Amino acid sequence: MSDAAVHHDHHDAHHPSGIMRWLTTTNHKDIGTMYLVFSLMMFFVGGAMAMVIRLELFQPGLQWVDPQFFNSMTTMHALVMIFGAVMPAWTGFANWMIPMMIGAPDMALPRLNNWSFWILPFAFTLLLTTLFLPGGAPAGGWTMYPPLVLQTGAAFPFLIFAVHFMGASSVAGAINIIATVFNLRAPGMTLMKLPLFVWTWIITAFLLIASIPVLAGAVTMLLTDKFFGTAFFSAAGGGDPVMFQHIFWFFGHPEVYILILPAFGIVSAIIPTFARKPLFGYSSMVYASASIAFLSFIVWAHHMFTVGMPLAGELFFMYATILIAVPTGVKVFNWVATMWQSSMTFETPMLFAISFVVLFTIGGFSGLMLGITPVDFQYHDTYFVVAHFHYVLVTGAVFALMAGTYFWLPKWTGHMYDETLGKLHFWLSTISVNVLFFPQHFLGLAGMPRRIPDYAVQFADWNMVSSIGGFVFGLSQLLFLAVIVKCARGGAKASDTVWEGARGLEWTLPSPPPYHSFSTPPAPASIDGGYR
Amino acid sequence: MLPGFANAAWDQLNLTRGVTPYSETVYDLHMMILWVCVAIGVGVFGAIFYSVLRFRKSNGAVAAQWHESTTVEVLWTVVPFIILVVMAVPATKALVMMEDVTKSDLTIKVTGYQWKWQYEYLGQDVAFFSTLGDASNKARQLGSGVNPEGVENYLLEVDNEIVLPVNKKIRFLTTAADVIHSWWVPALGWKRDAVPGYINESWATIKKEGIYRGQCTELCGKDHGFMPVVVRAVSEEEFQTWLAARKTATAGAAQAAPVAVADNK
Repeated sequence: MSDAAVHHDHHDAHHPSGIMRWLTTTNHKDIGTMYLVFSLMMFFVGGAMAMVIRLELFQPGLQWVDPQFFNSMTTMHALVMIFGAVMPAWTGFANWMIPMMIGAPDMALPRLNNWSFWILPFAFTLLLTTLFLPGGAPAGGWTMYPPLVLQTGAAFPFLIFAVHFMGASSVAGAINIIATVFNLRAPGMTLMKLPLFVWTWIITAFLLIASIPVLAGAVTMLLTDKFFGTAFFSAAGGGDPVMFQHIFWFFGHPEVYILILPAFGIVSAIIPTFARKPLFGYSSMVYASASIAFLSFIVWAHHMFTVGMPLAGELFFMYATILIAVPTGVKVFNWVATMWQSSMTFETPMLFAISFVVLFTIGGFSGLMLGITPVDFQYHDTYFVVAHFHYVLVTGAVFALMAGTYFWLPKWTGHMYDETLGKLHFWLSTISVNVLFFPQHFLGLAGMPRRIPDYAVQFADWNMVSSIGGFVFGLSQLLFLAVIVKCARGGAKASDTVWEGARGLEWTLPSPPPYHSFSTPPAPASIDGGYR
Repeated sequence: MLPGFANAAWDQLNLTRGVTPYSETVYDLHMMILWVCVAIGVGVFGAIFYSVLRFRKSNGAVAAQWHESTTVEVLWTVVPFIILVVMAVPATKALVMMEDVTKSDLTIKVTGYQWKWQYEYLGQDVAFFSTLGDASNKARQLGSGVNPEGVENYLLEVDNEIVLPVNKKIRFLTTAADVIHSWWVPALGWKRDAVPGYINESWATIKKEGIYRGQCTELCGKDHGFMPVVVRAVSEEEFQTWLAARKTATAGAAQAAPVAVADNK
């Protein structure tokens, strides 16, 4: 080993070992790993709750849980999946990949980075312990609408403070990502050369900073309504329960793009790699992402069309909502045009990415349908909505997370994952997820409301089909866990580029990369070769 | 038998056409958008599947390196926009129709409670509560041992139906006494939230006699799934007879009420 190599590695010896390494680390890769492991744990916790829901809905009548506990399960499933699984997973990807993609040694604010992760275990300890409190876990829905949410028992302050912690963690992560991208880009890495994953994350970070404090304000008003005699949302005290919904969804709609924008970035990295062809329109992808982000702030009331708004309001929110179909269409057409006349291979990341494009588009179609206000008066709060948002969140966000995991796992671990198991995981997941969610379109159209623990017998057949799909999908995810564990523990040595068509700075580093990514900035000439 | 079965199966797959002018408008709009989505889907998914089959490295496909085309990009921005405008026109008309609650013949106030509905026939001195039917209520208890398949209209039966005349424009005022609920009968074509402190207006003109069932569609606590709505639409004469009988019953109850209050003291 040369002196230079010894010198290069000497930073590694500085960090403490064992548990203290993880508690005190300020390294973007360590923190990224913790985010991803935490997210995977929450994915299984939230998944277990989904299994309880599908078990109770397997047949009509109440067989397993009482209605209050059922409502707790739907509420907690949503909170855990959104704030515990998907959002931390994206921050984990950002931590691992952004410094490597922009040629930086680490994140700009490493201590904040440590803290933004370590808030999360506290937040979810608070949230999950409510399952054991008198009165049970929160059961008023993740949307926390008053007056219902104010009927929550001992769990109420736990819920509010857990949401505050999750929000603080997200905002800290967002600030860090913005500071990193704007300050630590390697010379020559101009904004319009950034990989799309970095672009979509920058936009996501601004959405987080703009929307999370609004949620924090809303839940604080709930807290004072409950404990300090205010009446922000109580009609009897001169307040307004509908105002909560406006404030909540002013956060909530940007939030759904927070969950999906980084997915667009990942898919835009994977498809050109395995198609061996540049992305069709890089700049139009950037502008489409920015347009979606802007529109996401002026469409919130489509979540509450049935609340009783003036005609002019309903028309405005309908027009603004369906307008989102235009930039979303641009994205889908871009991916398809990238595949056209390409030379594709179908490793697991590509399979998940193609599946994402098809199934996310189905979620987009149902989104367009839901955006048409007069018809939404029928669809609203039925299983049609449940089908819609699971298509965009599970086969959208979660499939992109899986695609990204398979894509970069060899880079992270230095080992190739088991391709056979990966493909098996893909096919089981893709088939079962459709058996799980597609029939829910039928259930909603036929008249089944969402968030009910029991249903009329005409809904029995499709619920049983959906539950079977759910059980298979749930069990299939154990394969995902197995692939990750197996890959982390060993396997064929991965090359630096890993994939034949891989482009971008992260592939110029060894697999696994050194503890500090780019201690010296990469040569500017190496920057422009990417598929972006 | 077969057509009946096919019909029943279709009911379990798609939106109902309903029995009001509005519900029919909504159904037509729904089908139009659905077919537009199917057409776009066939195009997009067709292109994806064609690419996946045709442009494989294993088939010897060589990747072209072209990218960016302003013409194509303008085209796939403008064409979807035009399609949206085409959808928005009938949607706007439908919305204007729904929001016109003027010239109604009868007004019903619907109040949501945890977990029942109250119906008041305004100006008629008729008001009553409507709760889940007994048979359903027994069967739906956790571990009741009763098979729901054997309960008629399981979870969609109430003790007191709301009775409405056909071919009259009925205005509904929805509100709530505790938490937010939402009143929905699919056959009428809409749902409307019942919010404490608010009175929402909507309307329906039922064209066909019959019994139409629906449910609460806003999470309202433990028994959210157990506060159905049952509408019985009858001829004008039948309605008047029913109303007169109800008034007598209400008057009888009112006379008895002071005694009950006195007893409570």
